[in-house]
Amino acid sequence: MQIEKNAAAGTLESSDALVTVEPAEAGIELEISSSVMNQYGRQIRATVLDTLARLGVTDGKVTVVDKGALDCTLKARVECAVFRSCGKSDAGIPWGGVIR
Amino acid sequence: MKNAVGREIPDELLVGGKEVYQGKGYMDGKYIQKASPRTRRCEKPQESKIVDSIAQALKDCGAKDGMTFSFHHHLRNGDFVVNMVMKAAIEELGLQDLTIAATSLGEAHDPIADYIEQGKVIGIQTSGIRGRMGDVVSHGKLKTPAIIRSHGGRPRAIEAGEVHIDIAFVAAPTSDCVGNCRGIGGKSNCGSLGYAMTDAKYADHVVVITDCLVDFPNMPASVEAIDVDAVVVVDSIGNPKKIASAAARISQNPRDLMMAENVAKVIACTPYFKEGFSFQTGVGGPSLAANLFLEKFMDERGIKMGWAIGGICGPMVELLKKGKVGKVIDVQDFDLDAVNSINQTPGHYEMSASQYANPANKGAFVNKLDFVVLAALEIDTGFNVNVLTGSDGVLRGAPGGHPDTAAGSKCCIIVTPLVRGRMATVCEHVVTVTTPGDCVDVLVTDYGIAVNPLRPDLIKCLDDAGIPHVTIESLKEKAYSIVGRPDPVQFEERVVAVLEARDGTILDVVRQIKPYTFED
Repeated sequence: MQIEKNAAAGTLESSDALVTVEPAEAGIELEISSSVMNQYGRQIRATVLDTLARLGVTDGKVTVVDKGALDCTLKARVECAVFRSCGKSDAGIPWGGVIR
Repeated sequence: MKNAVGREIPDELLVGGKEVYQGKGYMDGKYIQKASPRTRRCEKPQESKIVDSIAQALKDCGAKDGMTFSFHHHLRNGDFVVNMVMKAAIEELGLQDLTIAATSLGEAHDPIADYIEQGKVIGIQTSGIRGRMGDVVSHGKLKTPAIIRSHGGRPRAIEAGEVHIDIAFVAAPTSDCVGNCRGIGGKSNCGSLGYAMTDAKYADHVVVITDCLVDFPNMPASVEAIDVDAVVVVDSIGNPKKIASAAARISQNPRDLMMAENVAKVIACTPYFKEGFSFQTGVGGPSLAANLFLEKFMDERGIKMGWAIGGICGPMVELLKKGKVGKVIDVQDFDLDAVNSINQTPGHYEMSASQYANPANKGAFVNKLDFVVLAALEIDTGFNVNVLTGSDGVLRGAPGGHPDTAAGSKCCIIVTPLVRGRMATVCEHVVTVTTPGDCVDVLVTDYGIAVNPLRPDLIKCLDDAGIPHVTIESLKEKAYSIVGRPDPVQFEERVVAVLEARDGTILDVVRQIKPYTFED
């Protein structure tokens, strides 16, 4: 999947995360800020990178402003932002495919 | 050296007879030599002690570099007095190297963070430390390590001469012209002045700051004119809206109510739940709601509460007025119902912090306490509780009376949700131990109850009553299964705060926070 335009998903509410994706070349550029950085920073990074890899996203600038979201929430926000960036959020979400 | 809760205490702190925490009751029976203040005689008849300004009062009391000023926190987050005094001392008199010894500090005192960064304030001794001040101290900006004490540990330290107060400042909702102070009758009422009492008795000088001057004599006085050097009248000592909340409302959150009901069930299944039992609760959601369910059990058994202590709020006053509790003894008031009741409602009395919780006197109320219900930021599998540092390692809380009531009571119940957002409340190791696990008996969470294995008697009580309970390890694993297993918080070597156990031994230290990196 390719990030075609700027898109975002999520909120800045407690226990949520705001994920923004922008087109870029030459790999994934990931920026994370989090209210639980000291204890979960590495896990947040791993979850975001795993999700992007699962969606086949290889290039893009991804910004995560995390407010203590659980892993399941982070995954959902990353997926949604990517789908919105390539016009797949209305139809064509690969349920049962990469979205399980 | 490792202490009884497994914390490594640096040897350089163990000087001048300081020891590491050895377990509860370790100092029992030992003798102490009490310190005494050096005070000024006021032998000649005197019409008034009112002076024009805080700066003048400071000069009259011989304020100089390196002194220790004390404050009390009854005005809570509405307090103006700490900032006013420190501004006068530093900006008008040009003083430096000052130490603030406060019963607690909060976000209201954010401006003090600047004085810490400028090196004007070099020492902090307090129960609570939050906001910007907690932040700058955690980042190593304070010259000497902050000393964190419980509400009982502080009067102990003052009496032992470990804190020598050069000038105590009393924020007085009312005072007369010679310094008889009360917490009621003015425009910034706070009710009890219990935390100011020990300070006033042991300080070399005492300055009263009030925004409501009343006729002499202001009786019955909480802080008496016999200890007061000067009275300063200012426009306002605090923001009444932040001093006392309108009324502490009982939570409607079903999760809080479920936990509160379980707390009451645990209380009701112990042998201490009988006519005349004693009780303290916090003002957090589930702790406060426990009052409601407890009343139901009291009615069912046809018993009454003998007395209640602590920071007091409306629901407890309500029980007193209904005749369901015999006496309420009060060191601080949290809402207007409590403020308006103290010394008015029959049976509602004021007490000093020492009388409340000091482990070195001969009759603290906490030692007669049957039950205490408390909250926690974190609790680990050794039942050690943290109420001081956030999960990011930054100072943002207060031990308050937590360690004192936990140690003194026959049954200490911690009530807290299993997770808050992504933070596991029940965890492997708390960031900072503020209440040692040997003082904590039962944990009630929204995912189950755990009893400290040190209390087989309580385990039997729960079993006999058919109250299900699990191990604290299983609660921790449940929490981690939801939020993931956290990485340990990274600290620098430097100690930024020393956490004293209530008996004066060292329970834990807080180290300087390390900037986060993704590298291992």
